Amino acid sequence: MQFGLSDSQRLLQDSARKFFAAECPMTQVRRLMETDTAYDPALWSKMAEQGFTGIIFPEEYDGAGLGTVELILLMEEAGRALLPGPFFSTVVLAGGVLNAIGTAEQKKKYLAPICRGERRSTVAILESSASWDLASAQISAVNGKLNGEKLFVPDAAVADSIIVVARNDVFAVDADAPGIHIEPMSAMDLTRKLYSVRFENTPAEKLDDPAGLQKALDVATAALAAELVGGMQHTLDITVEYAKTRKQFGKPIGIFQAVQHQCADMYLETESSRSAAYYAAWTLEENAPDAALAVSIAKMYASDASRAVGNRGIQIHGGMGFTWENDLHLYYRRAKASETMFGDAAFHRERIARLAIDSAARTAKSA
Amino acid sequence: MDLNLTAEESQFRDELRAWLAANLPKDWNDWREKPIEVSFPYLRAWQQKLHEGGWAAVSWPKEYGGRSASLMQQAIFWEEMARVDAPPPANTLGLGIIGPTIIAHGTEAQKKRYIPKILSAEEIWCQGFSEPNAGSDLAGLQTEARLDGGNYIVNGQKVWTSFGWVGDWCEVVVRTDPSVAKHKGLTVLLVDMKSPGVDVRPLRQMTGESEFSEIFFRDVRVPAENVLGRVNDGWNVAISTLMHERGAFGARLHVLFKRNIDRLIELSHTTHHDGSPAAKDPLIRQKLAQCYAEIEIMRLNQLRAFSRMAATGVPGPEGSILKIFWSELNQRLQQTAQELLGSYGQLLGADPHSIDHGIWSYGYLRSRGNTIEAGTSEIQRNIIGHFVLGLPRSY
Repeated sequence: MQFGLSDSQRLLQDSARKFFAAECPMTQVRRLMETDTAYDPALWSKMAEQGFTGIIFPEEYDGAGLGTVELILLMEEAGRALLPGPFFSTVVLAGGVLNAIGTAEQKKKYLAPICRGERRSTVAILESSASWDLASAQISAVNGKLNGEKLFVPDAAVADSIIVVARNDVFAVDADAPGIHIEPMSAMDLTRKLYSVRFENTPAEKLDDPAGLQKALDVATAALAAELVGGMQHTLDITVEYAKTRKQFGKPIGIFQAVQHQCADMYLETESSRSAAYYAAWTLEENAPDAALAVSIAKMYASDASRAVGNRGIQIHGGMGFTWENDLHLYYRRAKASETMFGDAAFHRERIARLAIDSAARTAKSA
Repeated sequence: MDLNLTAEESQFRDELRAWLAANLPKDWNDWREKPIEVSFPYLRAWQQKLHEGGWAAVSWPKEYGGRSASLMQQAIFWEEMARVDAPPPANTLGLGIIGPTIIAHGTEAQKKRYIPKILSAEEIWCQGFSEPNAGSDLAGLQTEARLDGGNYIVNGQKVWTSFGWVGDWCEVVVRTDPSVAKHKGLTVLLVDMKSPGVDVRPLRQMTGESEFSEIFFRDVRVPAENVLGRVNDGWNVAISTLMHERGAFGARLHVLFKRNIDRLIELSHTTHHDGSPAAKDPLIRQKLAQCYAEIEIMRLNQLRAFSRMAATGVPGPEGSILKIFWSELNQRLQQTAQELLGSYGQLLGADPHSIDHGIWSYGYLRSRGNTIEAGTSEIQRNIIGHFVLGLPRSY
């Protein structure tokens, strides 16, 4: 039993960290967040060259064939750098769903260009109910035509195709198909843009068997938890650095226990989130029976922890932490958006309860 | 990253399981509720049996009667013991903390003298570290030892001594040189508790029981050959004892917590809130799920810490969060139990209406000690702040 990274995993982590530091420093993040889409084609090509856009997909579709743990490590580094744009929506979300429930033909058509870095995509899940319960989807297709509206769709404006979770089925839609109306939604996170997408008799291609959808979304949920871990780590790092250098009463403020203990709590919350996210990745990779539970535990904990870490980081920075100029709020905004994506902590606690409490009742009855 | 057991680990676990299947006493439930003074001979006999099977001290080197078990095997050991609800060994501190310290710092003569009787539970050990004026600031301790011919003369008081009431021997930290900086003038003595001048008094705690004692030393003569390690190097010896206090014990705690949450989940189906099972109450569901998740994360944090230690040989930075995590988690778990059980939560074991013989009222009170014993949460946060995050020392 060994709960540490292998040499090759460490290598990937290290090269991803260096890549994002060089190609996506905060000046670049701030430049992109002021654009309409936060998408940079040049950065995208470089990520494709690194093999990031096909990281977990089979080599027959031009992917790199790595595992879920590798994906989680990459997402952690992306989170640390606050990587803007459609990487998560395209690769983790759309790529993951296509790989799970597309036919070989559909994978060739939609997934392979994603792996090669040629196309971008996203997945439309939420509707006006804003419920992450997949059974609540109302939108449906009649005679291969979609009608209805999806909300909170990430990066839809730069997507070449949109995967639509409908009642009972999942569809792929070309972004330039007739009857699609994409409008920006103005939201807190400036680095991952959200859109409403309305369909009016839009032709849609049904993906194969929707049975694999939940597992694909579980992978995406674990990846998002890992991205939160990266953001927490960065918030912790800059906060500790600030506590060492900022002086009041003639001393660095980090000497005061009121400050130091908050940093210790940030560390505890970050490391615990990391343990849970890594474990979730491993259970998904192994198809372990507790994978769904592990994913909910990871997302539940990281959702609450990232908010707490952000709160403490801003507080310790004092007035500086409240300025636009300081980067903390950019991470804080991303954390809030990710906190609700795929269900917030309360949503996942209820899922844990269904898996751990209600199953105990069934066992008791059958005994 | 591979969380499956290796072939060697599976073999270790299977061997232990087979041994437990044949040797685990069936009547522990008849004894566990009794006062420890009554059940102690039972625990001594159990340890004797463990020792005969070679399971009393798996972490110890083979030449001293252990199995040279890896950290993961130690974790497996405690998990298995907790899973079958095995009684604890009588000589908890001797096996877990003091024996390893004697193996690390003792002379060959000391090892020959003390180690076999620790293993066999013939001699029970306790630990004399904390004092009324030296808790978190342990190095400020005042119990003094003055060399007089071939003996040290010990005077002072220790407090919070577990197993003090039954201890045959005590690992005592004393001040042998008051003229140097406080960390530098300390020495560890192995003290025979039957020596004249040793007075042990029970310390009654908020749960009503007396797990701990106060020990008074008045002109107690301790032979100079009973110094453990070097004279005035007691701080390093004491620290190595404290390091053993953490480690694989956590694996045992995890399974105890897991058993508690599983029991609370069971109770949530039979306890009614406003006419329907508490398991249907959204607030209770949220709180039970939170505890359930944190208990799992406690296990994962431990596994990561063990893996780091196994790879590098030193405790990793994750290790420092384990104590804070489990102690505060247990307090939340006990509070959740109280909210679930409502008025019944307060009932003591003696009451015929009590739930589970009063373990929840006891656990609620006892959990307040968790964030104080073995290093307060404040001290743990100081350690993380200074030693892990590199912030300036606050004291």
